[in-house]
This record gives sequence, structure tokens and C-alpha cells, in this order.
Amino acid sequence: MSEPLLSIRGLRAKVEGEDGEILRGVDLDLERGEVHALMGPNGSGKSTLAKVIAGHPAYEVTAGEILFEGEDVLELEPDERSRAGIFLAFQYPAEIPGVSIANFLRTAVNSRLDEGEEMDVFGFQRTLTEKMEMLKMDPGFATRYVNDGFSGGEKKRNEILQMAVLRPALGVLDETDSGLDIDALKVVARGVNRLSEADEALGVLLITHYKRILNYIQPDVVHVMMAGRIAESGGASLADKLEAEGYDWLQQPATV
Amino acid sequence: MPQNETIAELGLDEYKYGFVTEDKPVFKAVPGLSSDIVRQISRHKEEPEWMLDFRLKALDVYYSKPMPKWGGDLSKLEDTLDQIYFYLKPQDQMERSWDDVPQEIKDTFEKLGIPEAERKALAGVGAQYESEMVYHSLKEQWEEQGVIFESIEDGLAKHPELFRQYFSTVVPTHDNKFAALNSAVWSGGSFVYIPKGVKVEIPLQAYFRVNAERMGQFERTLIICEEGAEAHYIEGCTAPVYSTDSFHSGVIEIVVKKGARFRYTTIQNWSNNMYNLVTQRALVHEDAKMEWLDGNLGSKLTMKYPSCFLVGERAHGEILSIAYAGDGQHQDTGGKVIHAAPNTTSQITSKSISKGLGRSSYRGLCKVYDGAEGAKSNVECDALLLDEQSRTDTYPYIEIDENTASIGHEATVSKVGDEQLFYLMSRGLDEAEAMAMIVRGFIEPVAKELPLEYAIELNRLIELEMEGSVG
Ligand SMILES: Nc1ncnc2c1ncn2[C@@H]1O[C@H](COP(=O)(O)OP(=O)(O)O)[C@@H](O)[C@H]1O
Ligand SMILES: [Mg+2]
Repeated sequence: MSEPLLSIRGLRAKVEGEDGEILRGVDLDLERGEVHALMGPNGSGKSTLAKVIAGHPAYEVTAGEILFEGEDVLELEPDERSRAGIFLAFQYPAEIPGVSIANFLRTAVNSRLDEGEEMDVFGFQRTLTEKMEMLKMDPGFATRYVNDGFSGGEKKRNEILQMAVLRPALGVLDETDSGLDIDALKVVARGVNRLSEADEALGVLLITHYKRILNYIQPDVVHVMMAGRIAESGGASLADKLEAEGYDWLQQPATV
Repeated sequence: MPQNETIAELGLDEYKYGFVTEDKPVFKAVPGLSSDIVRQISRHKEEPEWMLDFRLKALDVYYSKPMPKWGGDLSKLEDTLDQIYFYLKPQDQMERSWDDVPQEIKDTFEKLGIPEAERKALAGVGAQYESEMVYHSLKEQWEEQGVIFESIEDGLAKHPELFRQYFSTVVPTHDNKFAALNSAVWSGGSFVYIPKGVKVEIPLQAYFRVNAERMGQFERTLIICEEGAEAHYIEGCTAPVYSTDSFHSGVIEIVVKKGARFRYTTIQNWSNNMYNLVTQRALVHEDAKMEWLDGNLGSKLTMKYPSCFLVGERAHGEILSIAYAGDGQHQDTGGKVIHAAPNTTSQITSKSISKGLGRSSYRGLCKVYDGAEGAKSNVECDALLLDEQSRTDTYPYIEIDENTASIGHEATVSKVGDEQLFYLMSRGLDEAEAMAMIVRGFIEPVAKELPLEYAIELNRLIELEMEGSVG
């Protein structure tokens, strides 16, 4: 029927002001309601792709396009992309000392309201409490300063909490599984699954190193990124193959 | 960026409190300073002879002291001082009830955003308009408790012995050039006396406002907190914009007796042409606790170092300060703690924010006298730079004559990080909002010590100052 939720075409990007492309022609289509896993060795450009989708100013897109719900987002500021429905769960979330999670999320929710629209404060509080319970977070967590002194696992949980409250159309999860022990991983995975159940159109791009999380979140498609390109795409079984054989068999598709 | 354009179009970057209400002073001295002016002031206030003598001696001390060579640039100050009015009295007499306050003064308060509710909610309001207390009320229960909260002039007139016993004992005339100047021409300010063991729950508040062009503001406040007493005094002020340089030089003296606790909170937001040179000091006795909470915004140059002289055993002094230096402003602030008795403790926390060509300096002194065994002091100063041009520096002076003392000093400088901005923006906050949130977070450790309405006001003032700063 309609256009894909996310459509990336021939995307090339580099660090602003430097030579050397990091993304060297990425193509990827993600339909509404789909979960795609993006795997690949360290340094292959997965996080760069995630940040370019979210509009990080450190990167310059030199060619190609990113269409979100059919609209070109490359000209949009990161906040505009966020309000349009793109969410990035960071691999390394920034610390904002002195700003509580509750206050931060309230401001973020507020930023989505139309001019003159009033926020339902009690509704917000209810949602926050409910989502924190879902992620098995201590209620006191909401008063802690954003990522300030958090353990690796707490940071990752906090990212998913934000996604749960902000309810994006697309969640790009950058190594949300790394640094989590198996119990925490299950909690986070269940959280993501619940969000998918609540919103059948939710698209998820799950960036990961390990097959582990894919035991809990079932991907529709698995991509492998190598040196700034999608080297291989396939079904869930591709992840098994990668687990068993590593990435060597995909070694750097000869540069044409 | 487009955002800046809209802000410029809307004129939001103009100083918000830059309105001028028509002023009708009853008495206005000629500009400049002389012993004649000092005599006029004293006569006009119907002061006792000793106060006139005190003022005249102070004037000599003022003339004899050179301009400070440290701190900020004071080279243009002499010219400024020739032009300002050293005394101005807007009304013949003190107002006792709000109904008697002239409309234009009420309008001023209105524009300052001091809401009706606040006046009602806050028990004691002393508001200074120009040089005199205009409106001053005190809740009956305090009077029953023996608490005195008067204008400084009334303090002298009604409680002459008490006044004379403490006046100028904490900040002597010769302390520094500007303390001497204030001693010669002081006018306005508060006199507060909290009797032994009395705990004042609701903060005592004084709003005041400089509102006449080229008028110097030399407020003088004297506070005595008797043994075991507790109180919190709040002073907040905003000044309108004028073309000529303005000058503010207050002296605040506080005596905190044995086992007493006192907190003094100031939020100052001066217009950008103001020299703000204030001496505020507390004498802290045995087991007593003094806290200075100081917010400095605006002004051309602020030099302000709240001090605690810890003279009794186990006395504790705390100084929390926030400074915001916008374009063209220099905030030279910090604190002084003098440990003159055993087991005294102190904490200085200083937070500064600099933007554009703004400059903030932390200047702190920690002195421990020989014999102040077991004294402990900790200094923490954090500077936040909003862009590439802004600057900050730290001048910590530490003088220790006691080898059992322990002194900690920690200083950090951070720049608002691109990763922080991107993180917040990726959640939907626009750039200005994201910047403001980072700054709010930075000052939170100090802001959370403020009563809620002041914390909100402080954040709002900083946001107003920051508007248009994103680029
Ligand atoms: N901001 C940056 N500045 C410099 N190099 C960068 C930057 N971002 C990414 N890179 C480089 O680009 C390559 C891909 O990095 P990244 O996208 O983080 O890979 P992955 O997430 O797949 O491990 C690496 O060589 C990395 O060093
Ligand atoms: Mg990565």
C-alpha cells in the first residue's frame, strides 16, 4: 500500500569537515510494524547510520536520501525528526547533571504538544509510573539526574523508558543489549515487545553485536553492515549463521 | 539562525525590566560627592550627631584609599561617581499600609512581577524604592516574638542603643574603599533583630529597586541574630536600564550569635551598565551557622565576595553562589571564609556561567589562623561556558597558619557539549530549550536551596538572559 516507514537510498556520509566516508552507500527499507536487526563488526558504521538517521550535526551526508513516512528528513533538525516520530536509543547516552528524568521527559512530551495545548500532568505521571513498572525500575529513578552516574545497564533501561513514554513510530536501538546481564536483557526485550504489541505499526531497527537479544526480540529481517554498506540481508536465520561463522565469509565485498 | 531572527524581531532580547516609571522625588541632591552632601543626607534623615561624625570620617577614609587594582576594570568608575546622585528620597514618610503606597510605585512592582499573592503570602515585605523604604510591614506574630524588621533609618531612630552597639562592627569603615563610601553616604536597607531562641519560619523579604537615572544605591543592612535564633532573609532586586553608568555599593553586616542559624539570600539582576560592588560579611559565633546564597546576574561589573568570619568554636559558614556573565559583563565573585577558632568548618560552592564576551571569575579566600585546630574547609567551583568566546578564571587564595587544618579545593570548567545538546534535541527539545535545560541542570545544586518561587525566578531570569544566545 503506502511507502515504507523508513527508506534509505544510496546514503553516503562522513564526519563533517573530514575526508573518508564512513557510510558508503547504504540501502535499507523498513516497513511499518517490522523489526530489522542490523549486525556487523565494530567500526563498520552502525552507530554512524543511527546518528545520521537522527540528524547528528557531526556528520555530513554527501549523497543519498533518508525518507521517513515518505518525507525527506535530511533537512530537518534533530528535534524536528524526533517530533516527527524518530527515536534513537543511544549506544552511549549523554549525561545531563541536575536535570531529573521526570523533568526531562515532561519537557520532551511537552515539546510534542501543539501551541496552546496543555499537558495532562497527571496523565503524564501515570504513564511514567506505568512504563517504569514495565521496565522494573525503582520509582525513585524518575528523580535521578539523566544518566548522571548511571551504570551501563541503567543507562540502557533509561533509553527504553524514554522510548516507551515518547511513543515514536520508529525506534533505532543502538546496542541497547550490550552491558546488560541476562535478566536485564529480558526485561528490556519484553519492554520493546510490549511497545510493538501496543503499536502494531511500530518499526524497530535493532543494532546489535550479538544474537542473544534476537532470541527475545524476533527480527523480520537481518542485515549485516560491513565497511559502511549493507553487505547481506536475510531472514532470522542469517543471525544464526553469523553467530556460527562470524563475519569472515562476508569479507568486504570487493569494491566495485 | 532563524531562531535568532525571530527573537530579534520580537525584541525579546531587550532587557526585560528596562521600563522607567515617572519618578517624583521629594528631595534630590546635586550630583557628585562632597562633605556638604554627606551633611545634607544626615540632616535630612534627622540623625544623631554621632552618625554624622561617623559619615564624615568615613568620607575621609574613602578619599584616602586608592581604587582597587584587582578584580574588574574600575578605570571609568571615577567619572561615573562624579555624575551620580548620592541621595534621593521619593517620599516624605514611611508607608505603613499598602493602600498608602503611591500608584506609580505600585506600577513598578507590578512590572517587576511581584504578584499580589506573593505580598499576601509573604509575611514581612520591605520594599525599597529608590533610597528609602517605601513599604514595610511585619506580621503581628513576629512583633509579639520581639523580632525587629525595620528600615535601617527606623532601626537607628527607634533602637539607638542596639543599633550603635553593632553598627559597623562587622564591616569597619576602613575595610575597603567602597565600604568607606557606603559608610559616608548610606541610605536605605534593613535593620533586623531576632531575639534569643526565636525561630522565624517564613523568610523576611526585602525587594528593592533602583529607579532613578544616575542614582547611586548605597543600601546598608544590619542584622543581629541572637543566641539560638533562626531566620532567613531574602533580598531580590532588578534594575532598569539607563544610558549612563550606574553604581551600587551596599554593605551588609550580620552577627550570628552562639548556636544561631542564619541564611541570607540575594538574587541580583542589574542592568548592564551597573557597577555592583558589595561588601557582605557575617560574624559567626560558637556553634552557629551562617549561609550566604548569592545569585548575580547582569551588571557591567560585579565584585562581591560574601564572607564568614568564624570566630567561635565549631562555627560553620557556607557560601553558595551563582553568577551569569552575559556579553560585556564581568562577574568577579566568590567568597571568603576566615577560620579563627578551633573545629570551624566551611563550604564554598560557586557556579558560574559565561556567554559570548562575558567573563566570570571566581575569587575566593580561605584563611585559617594559627590555633584554629581541626578547621575544615572545602571549596568547589564549577564554570560552564556556553560558547567558544566566553571565558572564566579562578583565583583561589589559601592562607593556612594551622597545620591540623584540612582544606579541599576543586575546580571544573565545562563547555556545553555537542553530545548533550544532540541528546536533548533528539528527544524533541529545540536548541534553545536544550541549552536552557543544561544550564538549569548546572545551577540546580544551588537553585534547589532556594524557596521555590525564587528558584523559578532565577531560572526565568537566566533564560531571559540567554535568549538569542544560541548560534
Ligand atoms: N564523530 C566521529 N569522528 C571521527 N570518527 C568517527 C566518528 N564517528 C564514527 N567515526 C568512525 O567511523 C567508523 C564507524 O564507527 P561507528 O559508526 O561507531 O561503528 P559501529 O557502531 O559499527 O561500531 C569508525 O572507524 C569510527 O572511528
Ligand atoms: Mg556502535
